[in-house]
Amino acid sequence: MGLLSKKDAKLITDPLTDNNPITIQVLGICSALAITAELNASIVMAVSVLFVLGVGNVVISLMRNIIPSKIRIIVQLIVVATLVIIVDLVLKAFAYELSKTLGAFIGLIITNCIIMGRFEAFALGNGPWKSFLDGIGNAVGYGVILIIVGFFRELLGAGTLLGFKVLGDPIEKTGLYAIGYENNGFMLLAPMALIVVGILIWVQRSRNPALIEEN
Amino acid sequence: MSKKTDSNSYTIIFSVGMVLIVGSLLAFLASYFKPTIDENKRIEKQQNILYAMGVNENEEGSVTFISKDVVGENFSKYITKQLVIQGGAISENDQAYLIDIKKQQTLAKEGEDRLFPLFIGEKDGKTFYVAPIRGKGLWDAIWAYVAMDENMVIQGAYFDHKGETAGLGANIKLRFFMDDFTGEHLLSDGQFKGIDVSKSNNDPKNEDKMDNQVDAIAGATITGDGVSAMIKSELRNYVSYFKNLKTN
Repeated sequence: MGLLSKKDAKLITDPLTDNNPITIQVLGICSALAITAELNASIVMAVSVLFVLGVGNVVISLMRNIIPSKIRIIVQLIVVATLVIIVDLVLKAFAYELSKTLGAFIGLIITNCIIMGRFEAFALGNGPWKSFLDGIGNAVGYGVILIIVGFFRELLGAGTLLGFKVLGDPIEKTGLYAIGYENNGFMLLAPMALIVVGILIWVQRSRNPALIEEN
Repeated sequence: MSKKTDSNSYTIIFSVGMVLIVGSLLAFLASYFKPTIDENKRIEKQQNILYAMGVNENEEGSVTFISKDVVGENFSKYITKQLVIQGGAISENDQAYLIDIKKQQTLAKEGEDRLFPLFIGEKDGKTFYVAPIRGKGLWDAIWAYVAMDENMVIQGAYFDHKGETAGLGANIKLRFFMDDFTGEHLLSDGQFKGIDVSKSNNDPKNEDKMDNQVDAIAGATITGDGVSAMIKSELRNYVSYFKNLKTN
């Protein structure tokens, strides 16, 4: 027998494909628009959400029987905000450079609807181990889309990947630019993230027609 | 049947308990980490000032500060004087780099005389005058350390921001943008003009250093305008110092 039962493994694999938080559940779109102009920022955001969602789901799951239902959303917000502040403080003290890169995302992590969505839909009704797997699965599903969108936006918008000029120098006209290629500045603007996500949804649905809603 | 956790009294007790636990935990952690965080900020300021005057470990295209371990000794080696200008009076203060520009701007708004720090550095026989400045970007604060010579010609600059958009406004801290400022004149015909981050500059390689303009970043108009405004409003305050420097 493997490390995970079939049911547990599904908790991780489902959000990667047929129940992806961004392309199927349409959650977390705001941050997918805001920070995917660069691949580097997409990766940092994906890792941050992985940590907060994994740990947050476990905390909420452990507290699920004592949280008063009337104030459960506020409790969830407090848990996620506390986790994010702790991460921020630790990074500021021991990895100052990284904390500066992360600074802009702190607010975005707290308001990320995937986090609240998974707390509410899963962690409140399941045990800590299952909640942890669900958190990791959803965060990875979210991160993968973020990284794909970041990859195309940075490559086509700025001609770079992780800051490296992979297509040549647009000012000196070397590489692809020597034969007349130009960067598409539109790719750096937020609406193009929606178009890239739209294309991903299209590709996913054409590969799996079961995902298409009936009219 | 309603659960025990649904009652009003339980909800209130739970809320109070949670606030106390979370509040104490965060307060404890914040005060526990404060000395380390303050030390990191102090080191960062020294690194930024030295970066602007060319004391850095940049390789092609990278922004690399000198290492944390040697920043202290390099700061005392390269920075020969730290001045504080207040209402025309100039004094020396070896802790001037710790002056909080944000607080000083608030003081000025309240009608008080604010402090303007200026760091004088020597490197390879050349004198640099580094001024810290601060302004507003699209989302939050932006700031910079600008190294000038005695004619107010920029010799180097380090820009930073709190929360500008990644890939757009956040690019003000990349070399392609910061390096454009080197050699640019802040004065024009003896009068302070500043430097405009301009979309109509038409000089992407920045060969014209006398035009008081650098090329803007596509998609970062408001951050760029913020940089222009910050340079104009803050560096203007140092003009009289440089004029006196020449007459003395």
